[in-house]
This record gives sequence, structure tokens and C-alpha cells, in this order.
Amino acid sequence: MCCRALASLLFLTVLAEAPALAKKKAVEPPSFQKEISKQSRIDQALNRLTFGPRPGDAARVQSTGLKKWIDLQLHPNRIPENPLLVEKLKTLDSLSMSSQELVRNYPAPQMVRQIVNGGIPFPSDPDKRMMIQKMVARFERRQQTGQEPPAPDTSGLLTRDQMKILRTGAPQQRLAAFEAIPPDKQNEVITELPADVLQALYVAAPPELRRKFELAAGPPQVVARDLAEGKLLRAIYGNRQLEEVLTDFWFNHFNVYLDKGADRYLVTAYERDVIRPRVLGKFRDLLEATAKSPAMLFYLDNWQSVADRPDRARAGRRGLNENYGRELLELHTLGVDGGYTQKDVTEVARCFTGWTIRQPQMGGEFFFNPKAHDAGEKTVLGVKIRAGGGIEDGEKVLDLVSRSPATAQFISQKLAVRFVADDPPGSLVERMTQTFLKTDGDLRAVMKTMLDSKEFWSSAAYRVKVKSPLELVASAVRAVNGDVDFAFALNNQVTQLGEPLYRKQEPTGYSNSGKEWINSAGLLARMNFAINLANNRMPGVKVEANPAEGLALGAPEFQKH
Amino acid sequence: MTTRRVFLRNSALAMVGVGSAPLWLERTLQAGEVGRKKILVAIFQRGAADGLNIVVPHGEKAYYDLRPTIAIPRPGSGTEAAVDLDGFFGLHPSLAPLVPIFRQGSLAVVNAVGSPDPTRSHFDAQDYMESGTPGRKATADGWMNRALPGAREASPLRALSLGPVLPRAMRGPHPALALQNVADFQIRNADAAREFEELYGSTADPALRSAGRETFEAVAMLEAVRRQPYQPGAGAEYPRGRFGESLRQIAQLIKADVGVELAFADVGGWDHHVNESAQLTNLLREYGQALSAFWSDMGDRMDDVVLVTMSEFGRTAHENGNRGTDHGHANCMFVMGRPVRGGKLYGRWPGLERPQLYENRDLALTTDFRDVLGELVARHLGNPSLRDVFPGYEPKFMGLVGA
Repeated sequence: MCCRALASLLFLTVLAEAPALAKKKAVEPPSFQKEISKQSRIDQALNRLTFGPRPGDAARVQSTGLKKWIDLQLHPNRIPENPLLVEKLKTLDSLSMSSQELVRNYPAPQMVRQIVNGGIPFPSDPDKRMMIQKMVARFERRQQTGQEPPAPDTSGLLTRDQMKILRTGAPQQRLAAFEAIPPDKQNEVITELPADVLQALYVAAPPELRRKFELAAGPPQVVARDLAEGKLLRAIYGNRQLEEVLTDFWFNHFNVYLDKGADRYLVTAYERDVIRPRVLGKFRDLLEATAKSPAMLFYLDNWQSVADRPDRARAGRRGLNENYGRELLELHTLGVDGGYTQKDVTEVARCFTGWTIRQPQMGGEFFFNPKAHDAGEKTVLGVKIRAGGGIEDGEKVLDLVSRSPATAQFISQKLAVRFVADDPPGSLVERMTQTFLKTDGDLRAVMKTMLDSKEFWSSAAYRVKVKSPLELVASAVRAVNGDVDFAFALNNQVTQLGEPLYRKQEPTGYSNSGKEWINSAGLLARMNFAINLANNRMPGVKVEANPAEGLALGAPEFQKH
Repeated sequence: MTTRRVFLRNSALAMVGVGSAPLWLERTLQAGEVGRKKILVAIFQRGAADGLNIVVPHGEKAYYDLRPTIAIPRPGSGTEAAVDLDGFFGLHPSLAPLVPIFRQGSLAVVNAVGSPDPTRSHFDAQDYMESGTPGRKATADGWMNRALPGAREASPLRALSLGPVLPRAMRGPHPALALQNVADFQIRNADAAREFEELYGSTADPALRSAGRETFEAVAMLEAVRRQPYQPGAGAEYPRGRFGESLRQIAQLIKADVGVELAFADVGGWDHHVNESAQLTNLLREYGQALSAFWSDMGDRMDDVVLVTMSEFGRTAHENGNRGTDHGHANCMFVMGRPVRGGKLYGRWPGLERPQLYENRDLALTTDFRDVLGELVARHLGNPSLRDVFPGYEPKFMGLVGA
């Protein structure tokens, strides 16, 4: 088996090379000037520009030619998407919905009142409609009786024997027992089954049935699940690997937190429509798209920021909110040492007053509200913005900061940390910065400068970065050619390893420095994951089991790329 | 005569059951740090606990005017009445198990305390309280991680949190461990465990090598802890549920002498916008029982331990139309342990008359939460670099613990 061969090879390399490497290291420190071998170049490209090599990838890159392969990855639209991925993503239907559709199809319990009042129409999909009707019925029952509805009762729907099999049978038996229930009664049964029984059925069920179980567990969770599973499936199966790696990078750069209120329904469109299409475009476009995205406006509170009016000041009244202004400068553009002051933060925040969202809880859209806007004169980074402006005040700020040399440097440094080394050489960052400035922030050109550099292909950049949890999980599944039926359990793994996807609370995003991911709990979880994956104990993933692979995937060398 | 040093070495050796002492212990011994470490346990009540119904200002008339249906009755007026502390304040009746600890002088209450940031968002306020930098979102690490005195020579279990993910408060450059529970922290395949230990022991990457060593030390230490079935001391009975279980395991690990210095646990469910009374009564019962069980279980180990509680903000002084309360401002904190100068209430009480309220609606803040935590970090843990722990703020000590 080729996958087995690969893993054993990895494993043996680890055993054989560890002491040798230690010796070599002592004699000659790795250098950003020393080139790696031709074969290692392919390995380096696959490690850094994809979510890890699959068996056969190296040979494929070789036959395409490394240069051409990189060029294709830099132009993802020229790469046909993997039909297997397209097929797998189909089940995750929330990924293609608008924010408004998400609210309607996967409403949170708090929205039931609005459904009852007709504020949100019922979805047309029969399964979703059924589930939401259930929620509404429960809500109305509670309204009328003032009590929680009684505990689930399946006695009228299932025989004692059926229930026993569902509770205690082997997964396939449970599924058979469930499928024996007449189709018109199945939905009824699902809503009444206890969570642990649903969980067990889930593992054995085909995709359509899994969907029903997910709905029963709570419609809003489906949105979060689809996002995370979608990300893993794309990382594992996608042909446009660099685009996916960059989508992860830029989402993280412009981080938003899924569990902050309305963001639950706004993040899907944010990643799909704001981030992914622009990761190889102009930085200015990407920046403006995030600035106007409901997800970011909600996450950093700008939607609530209104001009301070001292004459009308009143306790509890909303005023200027600086959160977005501050993070725009500190995290999105100039960087913390980018040479701005607290005064600049306040002035930037004033420029963005009125950039808000229409009905955020309903998946609303960006709009500019002139009534909330501070139209006074402002000075940002020494540049005067004249009084009387509207939406263009914020746009001028975006022009200013996106073209600042500090931004060019900050972004180049961050890309180099992600793609080259935790502590990248200053000369490389400087060349990337120059490209950024010369091309008006053309991100593809900046990437190209990096990929054309000697430093990227040097021994000091080779296999030195510790993988993030997502990179580790995706690369492990790819290395053993795992067949992923559903990625729910894999996502739990990524969470346990410390990187809950779409759930980084802080606007900083996760660290791009590999060192951050090394800690005891994380390492232990990585080793256990490796063993479980190789021994087919990862629900939803099938591999050709081999204990040696588990050791290879949990070994120190596999933690790096 | 057995010195503490010898005892430590022997017990640790027996525990790990291998030829060499764990690395951290070796280093600790070399550094001459043989005394018992001071320990700080932080409890986060997520969801904004209603401090005014937890530490009840029964001497305040306005309290009863503002909360006609949910106020806790004055002491002495039946079983649901507050338990008096000092003639003006009392504890919610569900917290009766804590009253003896207060009377013994080992429990202090800080009133009108919290974060000066005006946000009423759970998300932001928890974030600020855990980062220890109110108003500043980009702080990458948490106050507890920064509170760990430098030094690599420490147990891999020195900072631990009970729960699936490391809380914001503990994230940062120092190693800190999130532990779902003691039983799960292992590699279930013994052969693989041995092979991994060898692989990590011989890898060329120094960071992975030392993290690997720490990991296997932690595994071995927890394995030893697991081998001893745990029986809480003094017949302490922890309540069922995640919070009681967290405290039980923290006690178990502290008593096992595995080098714990900081521990964290959280307890959710405090966001009572509707029908608060019954829910708060139940939650506080579990909460009070858990804290008092921890106190009894720990016995004389409480000589070295301070436990501090916090919640992201308080709740409105007045009740709302649904017999609940909405998001407010200042709150209360508990500080428990034998080093604590307890038996009294700290913090200036701002009053609940309308002009005394913050933004006409909430208990005003008179003490910054960093004053409380800062004093514990400096005087209890003995970490003098408060400027690093709470950057941009100079905590004012209230005399909660001895200098």
C-alpha cells in the first residue's frame, strides 16, 4: 500500500535521522542561504503550500513541474475542483446559504417568538420545517401552560424491543432498527430520542439521515458544524490547496468569533464571500470587504458606534466605540508598533461612525447611517479629513492605512512567519514589503516574491515549523489517505488540540508561530489522535489500519512541516 | 528527622515509579525551593452572577424598593431569609455552608468590585477580566499566565484548568495545562506510550524534546495520582455536577503534591433575566456546597491556598419585568483561605439610592478587580512584578492577606 509505505518511510526517517540531525545541527547551523535539495523542494512546497502531502502528491508535482504547479496554485481558478470535495460539501447545505437564509432555515430558540409572529417565514425544506414546527409547538405549549413541556416520551412511537435495540445495539443494528420505523414516523421519533441514542445512530447513518439528527440537536449548531466540517473537508480534499491555506491565514488575520451573538449567522458568508475570493487579490479590496462585512461590524462593535454628542449626553446612551478603530490599526494594518497614537484610534473610530448593519439578528446587511456619523473634521496619522464627509471618511482611512509602509511591512512579516519560519530573515521580509508597496498591495505578487526567494527554499526554512492543530489533523488524514465520511470527530480533535475553528475569541486570531502550539496537553492529544486515526477509531474516517502509522503520525517529526 | 526536601524527593520518586526524579523536581530541588508552594485557585462565574442577591445588603432600604419580588428577606424572617454577616450585609440562604468559614475569619467578601470597563457584553467583559486588561482586546495572554513567576524549573502541573480548553486567563507563554479530568490524561496504548516517549526523548528539536519530557512527566504524575483512589478529607461531600467535580480534582491534585501553583475552574448559568429566584437558589446551593466541601476536604492545606471568585459584571439593581435582572456593573468577589484576613467585608459600599447608582441603574464600582487579584498575586504568590501581570494599572492593596 502506498500510504502505508509513506508512513513507514516517515517513521523510519524519524528513527534513523534523529541522532544524525542532532549532530549535524551542532556542527553547522541551518542557514537561510543554504539551498535544499531538489527533492526536498517538492517536499517543502507540499508542506507549506498545502495541508500536507498525500501519497503520490510528490510524484504528481514532479511530473507537472514544480514551477508550473506553484503557478497553478497561485491561480486557483485555473484548477478544477476535486469532484469528491464538491460531492461531500453538498450535504453541508448551510455553506451555500446567505445569512438571511441561515436565520430562516436554522433559527435559534430565541427567534421562535419571531417565527410565531410571522417575522420569519418557515423554511420550505420539509425536514427543517418539521423541526422548526416542533420548536414553535414547544414554545407555545410553554406560553400557555407556563411550564416546560414534559420529558420526551417515545412510548407511543416505539415498541419496547425497538427502543432497547436503539439504546444498546451495535451501531448497524441501531440504524436498522431506526430505518424499520415507517418513514412518516421517523421525524417524530428523532425529536423524542435522547441525545446519547442520537449520537450512536449518527455514527452509522447515511448523510441525509445525519442531517436530520443534527437538526434535532439544535438548528443553530448546524451552521457552526457545517463551517468547521467544511473547512476540514476542503483542507483534506480540495485541489486549490494554497487558496485554502490562505483562506485560513486571512480569516485568522481578520478574525471574527462565531459565538458572539449574531455572528453565528454572519461568519459563513464572511469566509465565503469576503475572504476566500480575495486572498490573492489587492490588500485594499480585502480590507474594505472586511470593514463593510456584517460579521466584522458586529464582532468589533462598530455597528453600534455613533457620534459622540456631548450636548445630548445621557447615561446609558450609545456613543463612540473605538474597538474596530483600534484593531484596524493594531491588528489589521499598521501593527502594534506601526506608529499611531490613541488619538489616531479615536479619530479613526469617528471616521467609521455610521458604518452599521441593518437588523443584525436577522442576518442583515451593511449600510451607512448618516445620522450616526460624526461629520466633524478629523486628523488621522497626520492627514486631515475634512468636515462634512460621510461614508467616504472611513474609505479614506482604508486608503491611508492600506498604503502605509508600516502595513506593507506588518503583512509581509506575518506571511513570512506563516510560510517561511517563526523568525523569518529580515532581508526577505524587506523584499516582500517592497513588492507590496510597488504593486499597491497585490497579495499574489507578494506571495510570488516570497516563493521566488532563496530563503523559502533554504535549509533554515525546511521542516522547521510546528503545525497548527488544523494543519496537523488535515495533514495526518492526507498522509494516510483517509476516507472522510463526515468530519465532525476530526473537528472535535482540532478543538481538543487547542484550535477551536471559528472560535478564537480574541481579534488577534491564532498565532502563526509554530512554537505557540507546543504544550503538554496538546502533545498528548496529538499522540492519542495519531493512534486513534491509524487504528480506525476516529468516527467518520476510514483508513487502512497499521499501528506503525500511528507512531509515525504522532512522532515529533510529523508535528513539523 | 525527615526534611521537607527528602520527603518531596521520596514521594515524587515513589509516585513516578522510575529511576530518575522528574525534571521539574530535580530543578526545584537544585534551586533550593523546597517549601510548600503558595497556591491560588481562581473561580469564574460565567454569565454575570447577581451579586446583590448573593451578598445581600439587607440594611439598605432601597434594595427592597428596587426588588419587590426577588429581594432576599431580612435575616430572621424565615427560612428563605438572608444569613446575617455584619448587621448590614448577609449571605443568600443557599450559601449558609460558607458562614462558618466567614466566622472563622477565613472568608472575606469584597463588595462593589469589578471591571471599570462599562461594557455589558458577556463576551467582552469576560475577555477583559481574564486578560486582566479591561478595555484592551488585543492582549494575547491572560493574567494568570503572566502571574506565574518566570522560571522553567517547575512542575508541568503548576498551572492547570479543569475543562476542555485552556481559559483565556491561563493562556500565554508559560506552560499551562487544560485537564478534562485526571482519568483522561494518558496514552491508552502502553506500547505506543513507550515508543513515543523514546521518540520525543531523542528528537533534535529542543522545544519538542522538552515539551515531550514535560508531557510524559505529567502523564506519569497523573498516573500515580490515579492509582490512589481519592477519598476527600473530613468526609467532605462535593455536590454532583461539573463544578463540584472540578473542585474535587483540584483538591486531589493539590494534596498529591504534584506542584500545582495556579488552578482555574468555571461555573456557568448565572445569566438570570427571567424568574431569577428559584434558579439562583439552586445554583448557589451547588456553588456553596462545592466551596465548603473544598474547604473541608483541603483541611490544613488551606494554610497555603487562597481561592478567589469573580464574575464578569453584576446585574441591575432593580428587578426587571420578568422577575429577573439584566446586565449591570459592579459585583462581589469571595476570597477564601487561611492566609486571608476574613470574617469581614471589604470595599466601600456606594449605596443603592438612585443618585448613587452607576448610570442610574447598577451598583457603582468602588474597587477594581485588579486590586484584589493584584494583592493575591503579590502578597500571596509572592510575585512582585505586578506591572507585567496587570500592565497599565497599579493595584491598590486592601489588606486581604498578610504582607
